[in-house]
Amino acid sequence: MKKFMKTLLAGALALSMTMGLAACNGSDNKGGDTTQAAPTESKETEEAPATQGGNDGELIKVGIINNDPNESGYRTANVEDMKKVFTEANGYDADFFYSLKNEEQIAAAQKYIQDEVDYLLISAAGTSGWDGVLEQAQKAGIKVILFDRTIDADESLYEASIVSDMAKEGQQAVDWLASQGLDEYKIIHIQGVMGSSAQIGRSGALDEKVAAEANWSIVVQQTADWSEETAQQIVQSVIDSKESFNVIYAENDNMAKGAAAALDKANISHGVGKDVIIIGFDCNTWALEELLAGNWNYDGQCNPFQASYIDDIIKNGVKTKVVIMEEKGFDAKTITQEDVDTYGI
Amino acid sequence: MEDGAVLEMRGICKFFPGVRALENVDFTLREGEIHALMGENGAGKSTLIKVLTGVYPKDAGTVRINGIDRPIHIKSPQDAQNHGIATVYQEITLCPNLTVAENMYIGRTKGPFTNWFRMNRRALKLLDELDIPVNPKEQLGNCSIAVQQMVAIARAVDMECKVLILDEPTSSLDEQEVQKLFKLMRDLKAKGVGIIFVTHFLEQVYEVCDRITVLRDGKLVGEYVIEDLPRVQLVSKMLGKEFDDMADIKSGADVVVSDLNELPVYEAKNLTGTTGIKPFDFEIRKGEVNGFTGLLGSGRSESVRAIFGADRVAGGIVKMNGKRVRITRPLDAMKHGISYLPEDRKNDGIVGDLSVRDNIILALQVMKGFFRPLSRAQAEAFADEYIKLLNIKTASTDTPIKSLSGGNQQKVILARWLLANPVYLILDEPTRGIDVGTKVEIQKLVLKLAAEGKSVTFISSEIDEMVRTCSRLIVMRDGKVVGELKGNDLNQNKIMATIAGGES
Amino acid sequence: MSTNDLTISSKKSFKSFLGKVVHNQLFIPLVALLLLVLFNLAADWFLHADTSFFQIVLKPSSTGSKILTGNLITIIDNASELALLAVGMTLVTSAAGGQDISVGATIAIAGSTVLRIVKGYSPDISGGKFAVVIICSFLLCVVVSAAFGAFNGALVAFFKIQPMVATLILFTAGRSIAAWINNNDNISINDERFGYFGNFIPGIAIPTPVFITAICLIIIALVLKFTNLRLYAQSVGINSSSSRLNGINPKIIKLITFIILGICVAVCGFIKVSRTSSITYAVIANNIEMDAILAVALGGNNLGGGKFNMTSSVIGAYVIQFLTTTLFRMKVSSSAISAYKAVVVILLIIMSSPFIRRWLDDRKSRREAARVTKAEAALEAAVEVAGDVAADVTADVNAGKESV
Repeated sequence: MKKFMKTLLAGALALSMTMGLAACNGSDNKGGDTTQAAPTESKETEEAPATQGGNDGELIKVGIINNDPNESGYRTANVEDMKKVFTEANGYDADFFYSLKNEEQIAAAQKYIQDEVDYLLISAAGTSGWDGVLEQAQKAGIKVILFDRTIDADESLYEASIVSDMAKEGQQAVDWLASQGLDEYKIIHIQGVMGSSAQIGRSGALDEKVAAEANWSIVVQQTADWSEETAQQIVQSVIDSKESFNVIYAENDNMAKGAAAALDKANISHGVGKDVIIIGFDCNTWALEELLAGNWNYDGQCNPFQASYIDDIIKNGVKTKVVIMEEKGFDAKTITQEDVDTYGI
Repeated sequence: MEDGAVLEMRGICKFFPGVRALENVDFTLREGEIHALMGENGAGKSTLIKVLTGVYPKDAGTVRINGIDRPIHIKSPQDAQNHGIATVYQEITLCPNLTVAENMYIGRTKGPFTNWFRMNRRALKLLDELDIPVNPKEQLGNCSIAVQQMVAIARAVDMECKVLILDEPTSSLDEQEVQKLFKLMRDLKAKGVGIIFVTHFLEQVYEVCDRITVLRDGKLVGEYVIEDLPRVQLVSKMLGKEFDDMADIKSGADVVVSDLNELPVYEAKNLTGTTGIKPFDFEIRKGEVNGFTGLLGSGRSESVRAIFGADRVAGGIVKMNGKRVRITRPLDAMKHGISYLPEDRKNDGIVGDLSVRDNIILALQVMKGFFRPLSRAQAEAFADEYIKLLNIKTASTDTPIKSLSGGNQQKVILARWLLANPVYLILDEPTRGIDVGTKVEIQKLVLKLAAEGKSVTFISSEIDEMVRTCSRLIVMRDGKVVGELKGNDLNQNKIMATIAGGES
Repeated sequence: MSTNDLTISSKKSFKSFLGKVVHNQLFIPLVALLLLVLFNLAADWFLHADTSFFQIVLKPSSTGSKILTGNLITIIDNASELALLAVGMTLVTSAAGGQDISVGATIAIAGSTVLRIVKGYSPDISGGKFAVVIICSFLLCVVVSAAFGAFNGALVAFFKIQPMVATLILFTAGRSIAAWINNNDNISINDERFGYFGNFIPGIAIPTPVFITAICLIIIALVLKFTNLRLYAQSVGINSSSSRLNGINPKIIKLITFIILGICVAVCGFIKVSRTSSITYAVIANNIEMDAILAVALGGNNLGGGKFNMTSSVIGAYVIQFLTTTLFRMKVSSSAISAYKAVVVILLIIMSSPFIRRWLDDRKSRREAARVTKAEAALEAAVEVAGDVAADVTADVNAGKESV
């Protein structure tokens, strides 16, 4: 046992040390192992012919701080969109940093400030802790544009913020659900990582509705941390305890997929005109195909394509402080193949 | 308490599941005496000491110590230290990754800060006083076992103890170092420290001790003043029978005369190791018992390890029964019928948590191969056979080997290699740290094996054991073979002279 | 020999039987299992009067065949991956004296590999062709994760890096590699046949992962029976120096255990992606390495290496899933579940701590001491009655008593 404790301690120590190392890595630009994509990408941009660059030959230097592209399909699409727009051909000298950790992101922001970038584009992992670094940026004359995620900081500290209104997404989905006119709504509510803005926005609308309507009730409300396996286990557990339900409100497509797998396993029909309504978010291509096949009922879009909005602001100036992107919700009954091709990510 | 006593233990009992390790044992240590604690392995010496030092809680009995009116309860080794009881154990219990000085003062610094400079200086002074040739800043693991042992003693000495326990301190020391230790012990004795001396070396007992307490099978046999107890008496008290084993062996000693026309069983030319020994030639014939001797660090163990392929071999030609073979790793040697019982039983011999059965069959099993495990019944049969053959004292074949006494552990390792049915058996210090009875048994076994036609290399730090068992002795000094003695040259004086490098 | 002695010895045999049970390695996991069962029975009684936790129902599925459902089935089903990992982890723990913390990330790699192959084929392909695709993807994923296992093993065996530190590399990088394999795509397989391996095969009432795990466990049992893996791994873990001198190559043995774990990981990855026909690189098999290590510890195995009991580890895995399912049923927030597991870890560590062990041993030997002195007193009294009080006679009696 002594040996075990030793090993445990050693392990903990090693772990904390490596975390520390990773953090250090983060601050010196390209980030730790999770960000392997970044250096190669920036190299590519360097190699691109510079002559085709911006109008006056001067590239706009941007530092882009984003979440890990592996986080979700949404993020993957988002990262790809950013890479597509912020190229030398388009007049940008862009450097990317990815992390799911707020403190690593902040360290990266400090690094970019030292590098004297022109613009700092941030999709923050957490909402707090950004004031200091944004003030530094302001002093250094660096303009900050937030995208996708908002933060708890004074509005004066950033130029603009391009966001999805998660609450609106949730509201659209809940309104759609209400329009289905069921006698009773018994809902399994599978939440994303607690405290994330997507979770707060999408949960909020549903919680309000359930509190307001007598025939709306929550069978179980659980977080599955965006994981399909956990979602599957949650639904499985409800099925095993023989509780009845007719709606699954999953806060992203992957969790909806996990929930559907549990239903399939227990032979509970789902989709258009079936026993259980399935609602997902994010509009993955495969999810929209499920809609098209009638296996799911509704999918709310979360628009990952902020790059063109940002490009517009940088080149043409700020029009409004908060830009809310247009977002759709798709109903399985009305969705077309064209929608799938256009909006699937 | 008795007058002049520093320590009085009365009616001590200690039980382990299924074993009565100590039953009603009394022990008295007087001021300024060196008191030998004697007994065969499993007699309860180590247990008594562990009770005294708080490693094991006692199950019954009282312990009194000079200066305290009531019986004391020793809760932990730390507690024992606080009561002025210091211990140097048989196996080194220091931390190899700390420096010598840190090892001497670890756990004894007061407050959260350590004055490293002062600590190193104090250590240096003490080490100088004791004539221990080591730099206090040296990492302990880099020192020889002998030096490590002496550092452990230095640590105990520095704690200004009233009771100093030395548990087999001399087993890894050479003669000079032993003399240094004895001088130290006599100095401490003159200062009034009571010393408990546990050893298997009878000569040493008679050299330094004043009194002897003998234990057998967890019970007290008696306490004797040294002048009243001749050696033969002591041995018979320890064994519990009346016979002269030494004579017994001698009579069987002059067996081995091997046929020089036969090819050697094992023959090495220019065998080059990588552990600091010079290339050497060696051969052994059927039915021969030879020995390697020399001071500690002379390369005797390294030589046999090179023969077995235990360390990387850099070159040389090896032939077995005249045929050229390649031995670069232990498995090669095993497949050619060589067995090797290593010097360091605890680290290289036993597989502590495994059962006696698994330990016995291990070598045979490895030779049979990964995909051909012995059946449980076969393994059980082999284990039973060798437990009986070597008279191994164990509760069952399932008992973990680490719970056996040192001598019985050694017998299990012997059983392992006998089961592998070797043609050539290398025994490196098979008698170290085990009781007189088992020592005799092992020496007899060696001669019996030789008579059966096996070749044996026998290494022991007790020269008289070697003289009794070997027909040929290879003497080493500083990693080099410096002489080969046989016939009439095989006597203590000649060997000493050769080791020392006189006019041999 | 008095009657007194006889009663003592019969009592002793009962006690020693009890002692054997308590000291058996299976004791802790089985007691944990029993506690969970009791807890659920109590919960049934007080909270869920209408449905029983233990109820198993045979229900028709959409394909017309009947399938089993119920919490117990869910537990056995969902614990499949964990049980396999526990097997591999036990071997690694035994031989290398440390744990592989990269299994979750390697599962992501294995799963991603499978999907990379399978995603290229349309659901319309024939059964035969589909089988070939599945077998190829499975074999490739076994090769890939065995290679990653070998990578870990090589770091541990040849470069003598502590297992936790060595596997930290893949722990950090593994999920990125998994995402890279599929170009970060969010994949979903439409072919419902792909889901058979993580769910039900039409016509069979028991979830497929249960069969897969059962087969793997049988294979492992056979390997342990017909090779010396157990002996070698244990002796390398306990004393690698003396193992080497007995002809075992400790490096190769450590490497082998990591490769076996890699193969277990491959099977897990395959089941995991089949369950939902999709993968989320960042969270698939999240924290499963901790559960696997916990299973080994719960099985009473020394995490410092050496002796192991495979059955015990596997039961440990099922106990953990039982706990998880119970907590889900109690509607404990899924993010709080790890806190409950932490409580189990604390209890385990305390129970196997030297302090408690010593306390138990002390109690035992004190009892024995008391028994001996009592018996001695009784015997001495008997001797006194006989009128012979010489000291050597007492010694004789003692000797006689010992033969009892």
